[in-house]
Formats: sequence, structure tokens, C-alpha cells
Amino acid sequence: MRLTLKIWRQADAQASGALKTYDLDGVSEDMSFLEMLDVLNEQLQGQGEEPVAFDHDCREGICGTCSLMIDGQAHGPEVTTTCQLHMRSFRDGQTITIEPWRSDAFPVVRDLVVDRSAFDRIIASGGFISANTGSAPEANSVPAPRDKAMRAFNVATCIGCGACVAACPNGSASLFMGAKITHLGELPQGQPERGTRVVDMVAQHDAEGFGGCTNIGECAGACPKEIPLDVISQLNKDLRTALRNGH
Amino acid sequence: MASNADVSGLTVLTQAPTQTSDDAHGYYTPGEPVGDTKAPAGLIAERWTKHKMDNRLVNPANRRKLDVIIVGTGLAGGAAAATLGEAGYNVKSFCYQDSPRRAHSIAAQGGINAAKNYKEDGDSTYRLFYDTVKGGDYRSRESNVYRLAEVSVNIIDQCVAQGVPFARDYGGLLDNRSFGGVQVSRTFYARGQTGQQLLIGAYQAMERQVAAGTVTAYTRHEMLELIVVDGKARGIIARDLVTGEIETHLADVVVLASGGYGNVFYLSTNAMGSNVTAAWRAHRKGAYMANPCYTQIHPTCIPVSGDHQSKLTLMSESLRNDGRIWVPKNAEDCDKDPRDIPEEDRDYYLERIYPAFGNLVPRDIASRAAKYVCDEGRGVGPMVGDFRRGVYLDFSAAIERLGRDGIEEKYDNLFDMYERITGENPYEVPMRIYPAVHYVMGGLWVDYDLQSNIDGLFVTGEANFSDHGANRLGASALMQGLADGYFVLPNTIRDYLADGPFDKIEESHPDVVAARTSVEERVQKFLSINGNRTVDSYHKELGHIMWEYCGMERSEDGLRKAIDMIRELKADFWTNVKVLGTADSLNQSLEKAGRVADFLELGELMCIDALNRRESCGGHFRAESQTDEGEALRHDDEFAYVAAWEFSGDNEAPVLHKEDLVYTAIEMKQRSYK
Amino acid sequence: MAGSGIIFILFVLLHMYGNLKAFGGETSFNVYAEHLRTIGEPMLPREGLLWVIRAVLIVSLVVHVWSAAQLWKRSNAARTQKYAVKKNTHSSFSSRTMRWGGVTILLFLIWHLINFTIGKVNPAGGPTNNPYELLVDSFSTWWVTVIYLVAMAALALHLHHGTFSSLQTLGFTNSAAARKRARAAGWVVAVVIAGGFSLVPLFTLFGVIDY
Repeated sequence: MRLTLKIWRQADAQASGALKTYDLDGVSEDMSFLEMLDVLNEQLQGQGEEPVAFDHDCREGICGTCSLMIDGQAHGPEVTTTCQLHMRSFRDGQTITIEPWRSDAFPVVRDLVVDRSAFDRIIASGGFISANTGSAPEANSVPAPRDKAMRAFNVATCIGCGACVAACPNGSASLFMGAKITHLGELPQGQPERGTRVVDMVAQHDAEGFGGCTNIGECAGACPKEIPLDVISQLNKDLRTALRNGH
Repeated sequence: MASNADVSGLTVLTQAPTQTSDDAHGYYTPGEPVGDTKAPAGLIAERWTKHKMDNRLVNPANRRKLDVIIVGTGLAGGAAAATLGEAGYNVKSFCYQDSPRRAHSIAAQGGINAAKNYKEDGDSTYRLFYDTVKGGDYRSRESNVYRLAEVSVNIIDQCVAQGVPFARDYGGLLDNRSFGGVQVSRTFYARGQTGQQLLIGAYQAMERQVAAGTVTAYTRHEMLELIVVDGKARGIIARDLVTGEIETHLADVVVLASGGYGNVFYLSTNAMGSNVTAAWRAHRKGAYMANPCYTQIHPTCIPVSGDHQSKLTLMSESLRNDGRIWVPKNAEDCDKDPRDIPEEDRDYYLERIYPAFGNLVPRDIASRAAKYVCDEGRGVGPMVGDFRRGVYLDFSAAIERLGRDGIEEKYDNLFDMYERITGENPYEVPMRIYPAVHYVMGGLWVDYDLQSNIDGLFVTGEANFSDHGANRLGASALMQGLADGYFVLPNTIRDYLADGPFDKIEESHPDVVAARTSVEERVQKFLSINGNRTVDSYHKELGHIMWEYCGMERSEDGLRKAIDMIRELKADFWTNVKVLGTADSLNQSLEKAGRVADFLELGELMCIDALNRRESCGGHFRAESQTDEGEALRHDDEFAYVAAWEFSGDNEAPVLHKEDLVYTAIEMKQRSYK
Repeated sequence: MAGSGIIFILFVLLHMYGNLKAFGGETSFNVYAEHLRTIGEPMLPREGLLWVIRAVLIVSLVVHVWSAAQLWKRSNAARTQKYAVKKNTHSSFSSRTMRWGGVTILLFLIWHLINFTIGKVNPAGGPTNNPYELLVDSFSTWWVTVIYLVAMAALALHLHHGTFSSLQTLGFTNSAAARKRARAAGWVVAVVIAGGFSLVPLFTLFGVIDY
């Protein structure tokens, strides 16, 4: 395959960036999207040009490091992560535009790399269950209804990649937040902090500069782990309950 | 498991080994035996309890004055940061990733073992201990393993309390499955994402401490040097990967939880960033590297599809429960559509060679068998290099037996993943699999307290060597990481810290300055060579050498050849590598250059270790040590020891220190799967 | 947004129902219009309830517009650097046009109040003190009906997403099934209300509703 790539290049957070066009030949459809970028980078270095910086690590769809807005879609045209996207999803001769996640809460570090530490701060604000090591009761002393445990698991599969924010026309991180609130809120262990958790996390979310949710639904469509929109409803419900209870 | 011997732990059941072979002669210098392992004696079931009592305490008021550096935020590092933060120590946590949540523990699929015996199927602490030592082919330290089995139950309690959504049965209680060929159901799991869920639990606990102010997280930071002052580890030199700034971080104690080094093979199931640098820098500062040649190669990975391949993806081992592994009997059939090859022309080689276990033989046996049939030219799939590297894993019989729905229910997500990567539908065409490097049992040497031979340097998780011997059982890596992080390290590190806070040292201390200068010089060196080859091309070549000669089967001649090739490659690297860009910005090529430089040194040591160990044990198979039937042959009389290697200078022969393995609670046996 | 939005949904539902009285002829419609002013008498003064409703609507309008402005502002601040290429593949047209749709409806509302409530403008130059005549005269004018129908299209879109969105914001859509029902409710509300409103002007324009 032969491709034309328009890639966002930006030297650092302060610099202004621009899309730069590259031609790449000899792309195999068995390559993953990131392997295609590896090939481009080898080619660029051969020409004495600095390689394109992009985030990636496990390359098996679970660590959440990889990102990329590929032709206007977070993680590209398939429901998966960029590292699991393969070139057979593209056609010979195609022009592909590759941009970083665009969100003021995720400032660009370099080229396609962004800083997602806002997510860590949202978790630190309340996305946990306070259980000091050693203080745990016997695991089976508190049964958790199977359906609730399954819902908790289904939404706990969030990989924190930020595709929801990238895809959201409002730049909101409600899906990310809702996934954590639903995960912990469905489990008996998560009940004591349920009220403070949602209030604190939402406050941190807003302070980070993420946009407000208007239930558009692009987030759930872009989520490589298919986290459903109902976690946002759950978030809202928990928030309403918490505020009513004076949190 | 029946045994006539007294297994209380009060009597030594083994004899000290005496090595008679010396394959690595000339490549190493013999050294003194390893000194104190601090492994307690007495009844095996009471050793950890007694040791915890003997370890000194740290006054809570003093804890905030004690600085602890933890490198790595996987299960071992993240759990330790959370726990030590909760205890009130002043923790600095480092990771190269953009968030602590991304450490590669996250990718573990299968589950985590714990001797809860919820199924009342005869499990116990002793049985988990027994299985782990046996699975490690009697090359681990028994006191450590027993402790691991003992704390396994606490891990599950802790994780459930944190909100880890383990699978549950209809009554709302925890579900278990049997995993990796063991006969009891002791594996707790969260679908195929157990590692992710456990890591997120540890990460959240750690972030809670970040908010509480006890833990400071330094993300996108890479440790590039260990600071040793007066024989004690006192800090690290790290590079801020965003700004490029070289930073000095001083502390009272340093913990390395930096994971394994499987990426020395270039292609592995590890994350792209997984590296040996933190451990290797410590090794160069005097920490022993133990059993570096012990590598686990996983038989069920998606095969290489071409030169562009950057990593290999593991497919859960559970697939072997229903899939049948075969290759064509005749090499000329290898490029045919497998569905057109009649039954009588297929060689179900595992079922043929191992009728008792069939497709469920242990990982190393299944891996080696696949290698042999491919070496014979009977591999399938695309040509990679000069032959095809793949065997079929065929579900057509299982689909006939269980129906497509039955298979879908069990393996749908795996089948989807396979199709996404290969573009082939495994419901219609047999899957292709090939072994890949997955885990390393070797690592920095530690004593019972998880302290290396450098005072104040502790090593946990995959980065240390201690618990898995020569091979690791399935669902035991997560167990070890969390055991170390939540329960072992916090109880052993306090004995060391009871002597602290240590004398303050300044950044101007000559040893600190020297460490920092060496890092700065190294960075400048990479940028100034300005040669013709990219870092990746060296990494690929090293990986190729390691895979060919220090992979599934190792031989004396091959290892010697590999050592020569690696030395040549290393020399070329330092004169001809090309690293573009600057030191003061995000520069991924520069990061890789440092990692590959360390892999080159490690690769050589792995080959020397493999050359010295003229026996086959666990993940290490020496062609010269096999039975008449081609099975692995251990030599306990010669090699029942831990090989702890000391660095003695660039291009100098390393020094071999031996720690004899003493068993008091388990008898050594030769395994057989025929 | 959700609370004030639901108040508006209820209001337009009642308003639409009232408008259909026009099909009953002049008496039916004018009696209804007068009744609105006398509900609750003598407990309440004349137009008492009407003013209560107006007060609630005005407060809701302020809250709704203010919230929308906040969301709009946050949304703009959350992504100052726009994408060169952006595809929206998992959202309805209505969900992405809430803001401009809302502005359209607001502008229409101003015209609508001038037309029928505050200003009582009769485009045909006829009387303005007879609600039925005012209605017939207005909708017999083609461009008034066009303005009205365009506004109803905007209202339909706004209600389609607004109904679903308010249920989601209030936390009533915690499962795939509930979400599906909420989406269906959006369709029903949009079609019934906007459709219902459109009947009177259309039938007037084509002479079915006449003096």
C-alpha cells in the first residue's frame, strides 16, 4: 500500500504546530497502525529528520497509552485502540490525517503526544475505595450480587486512554468519570464513600477544564472498551443523591 | 504429592551441589558463595510469622522523615507505594509511562492464584507452595515461596476491599477456576483482564496517597542511575522524559519494581517500553543479577507476520483446552489451505509424542515442540526470514463437539482479537500460533527481605529473581507482584529503615555528582555518535541473536557464537548508532538508545549464564542435557544453586557467586509428562 | 438544563393541546383563551394562574439559557485548538445542534410573543382583540406560517435530543433498555409536539380553519 500521511508536528508544548505531509510506500496491510508509523519513523531518520513522537506501550489494547485522532476519529475507524488497528482497514492511496487528542485539559507535549495527567488527578480526588493494606476483611464475608459485580467489571474495563474526551464535541470526560463511579458504586465496598466520591470527582473534572456533558454520545461510540452511555446517567443519579444528602 | 520425608522444614533434604562441568570457562571469574540470604530456619509454616516479629519497627512519628524511592508502578511498585504511603513514609514513585496506571502488569490476562481453598478441593498453603516449587523445577528459594503461598490469601482480601471486580458466582461469592494444568481451582479472575483490574486497584490506592500527600508520583521519568554512598543505596538519577532534565533524587532507601527484561529479545509479549535499565544500572553499581538466563516462552502467541513486527500478542493458554495443535506431515503441504489437507496428512504432534497430556503439556514443552516442527520445515503461515514460524491451533473438532455457540461463549473475545490482528476468522480457518518470550524468572538477586546485596536497595516483582525458580506457573506473576508490594516489602523494609533516618547527603556529594555526571555524559555520547544505524535496527538484531541462540533451545556452540555476535554488535552500536534530536526535549529515540545499550550488556550475560548452566531446567533447555527421549534433564548434583553474577567492569568477565538451594520441606523430583 | 427543560416540555405539550382547540372553531378557541384567564377564580384573581405559569416559565427560561451559555462557554474553552478533521459518527444531528437550535427557538419565541401576546401584531391588519381572528389572520399569511414551521422543525430537533438528554441527566437511563426507552420518548415528544403545533398553521394556510 501507498499512503499520504498528514501528521501534526509540534516541537513542544509552547511551540505552535502544523500538519506536515509525508508519503509512505510499501505499507503491508498486516501492519498495525503503529507499526506503520514505526516504518515512517525509520524512513524519516534515514533522511535525517526527527521521528514523529507518539504514545504507545503495550500494543495489545489494554494499557491505554496509545491515542491518535485518525481521520477525525479517535483510535480510527474501528472500535479498538490504535495499537490494535490494522492497515487493512485503510485502502491503497488513501490520505490519512493524524492529529493528537485535542483538549485543553490534555495539552500537547510533542507531536502526537499529550499530557493526560488530569485523569490521574480525577482519580486521586476520589476514584478509589479507602482500604488500607492489612485492614481488609475476609474476601467472602461480603457477597456482591453477581449482576452488580458484572456491571462493575464491564465498566471497570476503562483503560483511561482519553478517546471519550477526544471525541466529545464538548471535550467532556464524563464517560471516564462515570465509568469509575459506576464501577465502585455497584460494589458493596464502594458504598461508604459513594456520595463524597462523585462530588469530589466532578469538582476536579470541572477544575481541570473539561467541558460539560450534553449527552451527545460520541464518547461511547469512540470508546475502545465499549463503555456504555448509561455510566453518565449513573454519575448524574449518584450526584443528585449525594447533593440531596448534603455532600 | 505423597511423600515419606519429613516436610516440616526442620531437616535438610538436599545435598549441596558440586559443579563438575565448566562450559563457560574463560567467560567468567568464580567468586565467593553468596553470603547471608537471611532465610529463616525452623518450621516452614512459622518462618514468616517469626521473621515479621523479629524485624524491627519504625516509630510512626519518624516515618514521614524517611524518604523511600520506588521505581516502577506495576503491581509490585504501585502496591508498595500505596502501602508505604499509608504507613506514613515519604514516598517518591517513578515510572516512564505517562500514568502509573499503564505499567505492564495491566496486560496479564489469566488470573491470580491464592490458597483460599474456597472449592474445598484440597488446596492449602503447602500445596500452593509445593506446586510453585515444582513448577519452578526446584530452582527457587523455598522460604520465599512458602511465604508467597502464605500471603496469597491476604491479597485476595485486600483486592476485594479495594473494589477489584473479580468474577463471582450466583450467590455473590468469589468464583475460581483451575489454571495452567494444576488440579485445584485456586485462580481468581476478572474475565481475561485480571492484571488490569488488580493494577487499577493498586493504582487507585496509590493515587489516594498522592492526594493525601504521602506519595509523589513522577510520571514520564526514567531512572538512569543508582546513587550509592558509603555502600548504601541513597537515591537515583532520573531523566524527566518531557523536558530532558537530569534530576537527582535522594532518599533513605531505594526500591526497584521495574519489571522484567523480556524485551532483550526485541519481540516479546512485553510492552514496548519495558526495559532492564533500572535493574541493569543497579547491577553495574554492584547488585548481583541472578539466573538471567531463565526465560519463559509462552506457546500460544500470534505468529510474526513480517519484518515490521514490533511486538507479539499472547493468546490465553486456555485455548489449548479445546484447540488441537498440528502441522502438515509433509513440508510441501505447508503453503496449502489447511482445510484442504486431509486428516491423514496432519501431524498432531503433541498428541502423538505426549499421549497422556496431549495439547496440555507445560508451556516450555509445547513451545519447544513447535520450534522443532518449524525447524524441520513443517511450519505454516508466511515465510519469515528463511522459514515459516507457526503451527495450527485447530478448533474445528471442538466446534463440531460444542457447537459454534459453545466456542463463542468460551473464547469469543480471543477469537475477535485474533481476527483483528491477523484478518483471518478462526471459526473458519485454523488459528496459527507460535511461541514468544513472555516473562523472565531471572532478575536482581535479593535475600529473604527482598534486599539486594547493596544495602538499602530492595527489589520486588518480576525485577527480582526470587520466587519462580526456573519457570513460573500460570497466575503466579500477579500473586508475586502483589505479595511483594502489599505484604512482604512493607514488613521487611522497616527493619532496614529502623536504623534511619540516615545522615543527610547533599547533591554536591562527590558520589552523587559522579552518578549525575555519568548520566549526562552518556546522554551526550548517544547524541554525538551520529552514525548510520537507527537504535531499533540494533535492537532487532540483538533480538534475533537472542532468539536464535538463547531462546527455546540453547547449545554450547550456539551460545559461544551468540556471545561473539553480541560483542561485535555492541562495539558497532557505540560507534555507529544514530540518535537524532536533542537532550532537552521529549526524545523517544534517545530513551530507546539507553535501553538498547543496556540490553546489549544484559544479552551477553544471559548467554554466559546459559552457557554455564549445562542442565535443562524449567524455561532453560540445554541441548546437551536431555534424556534419550529428548526431554529436559536437570542436574541437581551440579546446579541446584542460584547463579548470582557480579559486574566487574566494561568488557570484563563477570564474577559468579553461588547460592546453594537448600530444601527442607519438599523433595526434589525429576518431572515427566510422558 | 434538565429540570427547566422538562418544565418547557410540559408547557409546550399543554400549549399544543390548547392550540388544537382552533379546530373547534372560533367559539371553542376563544372560550379556551378566556378560560386560561379565569382558572382558579374567585380564589385567584383574573389571570392569576396565567401569571404564576408565566413566572415559572420566565425563571425556567433564565435558568435554561444561563446553563446553556455556561455549557457553551466551557465547551469552547475545553477545546481551543480545533481538529483539522473531525467526524461525528455516533451522535444524532439533533444532539449536535442543540445550541443553534436553542438560539433559533429563542428568536422565534420573541417573535411569537410579539405576534400573539405582547405586541398582538396582526399581519393582515385585522383586529387583535379576538384571539381566533388573530390566529387565522396570522397563519393565512404564508410567511408567518413558514417562520412558524421552521421554528417547529427546530423545536422538534431540540425536543428529540432534549427529552432523552434530560432523562439521562436526571439519572433515569441506567441500562441499555432504559436508554432505548428514553430515546423513543424523544421521538414521541418531538413528533407529537412539533407535529401538533404544525397542524393549526398548515390547516389555516390551506383554508380548513377559517372564520
